[in-house]
Parts: sequence; C-alpha cells; structure tokens
Amino acid sequence: MSGFLALIGRDLRLARRQGADVAMTLAFFVVVVALFPLGLGPTPALLARIAPGVLWVTALLAAMLSFDRLFQQDADDGGLDLLALSGLPLAVVALAKAVAHWLTTGLPTVLLAPLLAVTLDLPAAAYPALMAGLLLGTPTVSLLGTVGAALVVGARRAGVLVALIVLPLTIPVLIFGVAAVEAGSAGLETRPHLLLLAALLAGAVPLAPLAAGAALRQAVE
Amino acid sequence: MTGTDQLDVRNLSASRGGRPVFRDLSFSLASGGALRLAGRNGGGKTTLLRIVAGLGRADTGEVLWNGEPVTDDREAHAGRVGWLGHADALKTALTARENVEAALRVAGRPTDRLGDALDALALTRLAELPAGWLSSGQRRRTALARVLASGASLWLLDEPTVGLDAASVAALERAIAAHRAEGGMVIAATHTALDLGDDAVDLDPAAHADAGRLPEAVA
Repeated sequence: MSGFLALIGRDLRLARRQGADVAMTLAFFVVVVALFPLGLGPTPALLARIAPGVLWVTALLAAMLSFDRLFQQDADDGGLDLLALSGLPLAVVALAKAVAHWLTTGLPTVLLAPLLAVTLDLPAAAYPALMAGLLLGTPTVSLLGTVGAALVVGARRAGVLVALIVLPLTIPVLIFGVAAVEAGSAGLETRPHLLLLAALLAGAVPLAPLAAGAALRQAVE
Repeated sequence: MTGTDQLDVRNLSASRGGRPVFRDLSFSLASGGALRLAGRNGGGKTTLLRIVAGLGRADTGEVLWNGEPVTDDREAHAGRVGWLGHADALKTALTARENVEAALRVAGRPTDRLGDALDALALTRLAELPAGWLSSGQRRRTALARVLASGASLWLLDEPTVGLDAASVAALERAIAAHRAEGGMVIAATHTALDLGDDAVDLDPAAHADAGRLPEAVA
C-alpha cells in the first residue's frame, strides 16, 4: 500500500513540475468547447441542446491527449523496468497511474466543465447531473486509458493509436453521461443514468488494471 | 542480508528476435560472490541480466534462489534485486535525491541508507539539483546510488561504469567490496576494467552460443 501511494505521490509531483503537460490538456478542453458557439452562432436554444454532447465528447478527446505519455516516458527512460522490479504487481502500478492521471487531468476537467457549460447556455437544472456524471465517468476513462497506454508502449504514432483503442471503449460512458445531463435539463430523473455510470466504474476499477498490468508485462519482456 | 543465500542458474537458453543468444548456460553464486559478464556486443549479457532479474523470459532453464524458481514469486524476487539497467531511469524534473528516494519508497524499501549511498558516490553536493541538470556521469552515479541505497542482496549492474570518471569507478569498487563483505552478490556486465574483488568469476554468455548444437556428423 505504501508503495502504491508513493507512486501516486511521485507522479503528482512530476505533473506539478512539468505543469505544461496538464495545462495543455485543459487548454484543449477549453478552446474546443469555446469554438462551438463561434461556429454555430449565438442561438441559445441550439447551444443548450448540444451542450451535453459537446462537453462530454470534448472531455474525452482532451483525456486522449494525455494517454500516450502515461507509460511511454517510463518505458523510454528505463523506469518501467524499475517499476516492474518494485515488488508492486504491475496491475497495482497501472492502478496508481490511473489514479494520478485522474487527479491531474480528470478532476480539473470536472471542475472546468460547469464554467464552460455557461458559455453553451446549459439549463441550470442540468448542472448537478453534469458534475455527478463527469465525477463518475472520468475515472472510468482514466482506467480505460491506462489499458490503451499500456498496449501501445513502444508503438509508433502511439498518441493516435491509443485514441483509436480507447475511444470506442468509452462509448457507454459517453451515452450515459450525456443522457444524465439531458435528463437533468428536461427535469427528469437522473439517478438511473448516474447509477449506470457508477456500475461502469465499479467494473473498470478491478478489470482495467489487470488488463493494463498484463500489457505492461508484455512491454517489459 | 543473511549471508547464506544461493543463486543458481540452470541450463538457461534465451533468444532475441528468434535468434538464439546462448544455450545451456549454468552458473551458481553464493553469498558474497561476484560474477563479471564479459564478451562482445550482442553476446547476451543484458539478456542474461534481465532473466536473472525476472524482467526477461528464458526459452528453457530456470533461475533458482535458495532452490526456489524466482518466477514462482516475482514480487519476493524483486525485493532481492538491486537493478541498474543501461538506461538511468531518472526523472529529469526531480532532484537526484528525490529520484532515489521515490524509487525506494515505491519499492517499499527503507530510506535510511540514502544519505550514505549519496555520500559514497560523492553526490551529496549535487543531490538537490534536478537530474536534468546533471552530466551523464553524474546521472549514472545517481542511478548507482539507487542500487547502493536499496539494501537489496543481489546487485545486477548493466555497464555500471559508462560515463564514470576514475574516482567514481574507485568509489563503485569500494561499494561493491563492502556489499560483498556484507554477504551480498554482484553480477556486472562490463567492458572496462572494473575490479569486482577477489574470486570474481568471469563468464561470457556468447561462449555458450553453440553449446546445444549437434555435432556436424550427426546433423
């Protein structure tokens, strides 16, 4: 357990020192969302209609930007061998990486989303569902991302490849995340959608690290 | 370190990219023992080190620690191994001390040897600088400090002297001697004149490349 926390701590410290990596991901999120009102014109009804989808899809794309470096840096500098020899199972290493990734990319996305939702004129009633959905959905995305990132270690054009692997896997998260926000806008019950997002997370927490750990073992050997 | 450990490598065969690197390679190392892997480039030194560490996979044969195959319990074996790969595995944004300390903490090792390890390799004055500012020799010393501080009983060093000046090589030799005196084992792949101490055994994996080939008359 102490090694697990120490690895999260090290990655958070690295993310703080190399702040540009995280800042670029968040800036991408902000800039892309800001393009929609410019491209579609200031029609509040239209923007409010597409806001849930725009926010969720952009959050997913922003997350994809950060996955290719997740293990590649460690693979390049020999750190992956060291992690494999740390005595931590590689599945636990992958889980620690997913936690650190979510804290540095997922959580800021959740906090930025309501500010961006204002620019899209999202109805006030939908904000709780947007926040709750992102809080439950982005950890799942981080976990799926570690699987993709572990699979592409050493591959050329890893950034594109990881997006092609991970994005299809995130479709259920996208569907229920958007459905929750739309239900919130319409004044309907959001609980079923949020529970399904929670169920996806509950499935991803044990399964994704196992898959990522197996992929990392392949990369080491 | 108990001082009564035994590492046995039995009939190891390995290949890289489908080509055999060595076959039927066997050796034993007891507590306090040292083994130098020498031989030409591509001779299988790194491959052998990785298999002994539990990082690589052997085609046949096994690595035994006190009679138990190390692949039975990878985590326990990892705890015995102090690994220095050909890459330094340093994060340029962290200081030298933070690099060593983070590696120790992630591996769940005590950090009480950290100060001595940095001292032994004359890194104390550089310890608070980001690793990205260090020269390649200084980085190599930082990576070596990680092995010295680990308290692991089996040191596996892949070309430890790359980039080191004469004073640092001497410091490394002193550290290796102290480690062996404590009952530790060292396996080092090196081209240079690194003195591993008395009774260090030499091994060239490439010399075992054709051991399994059938005599031509039979083939």
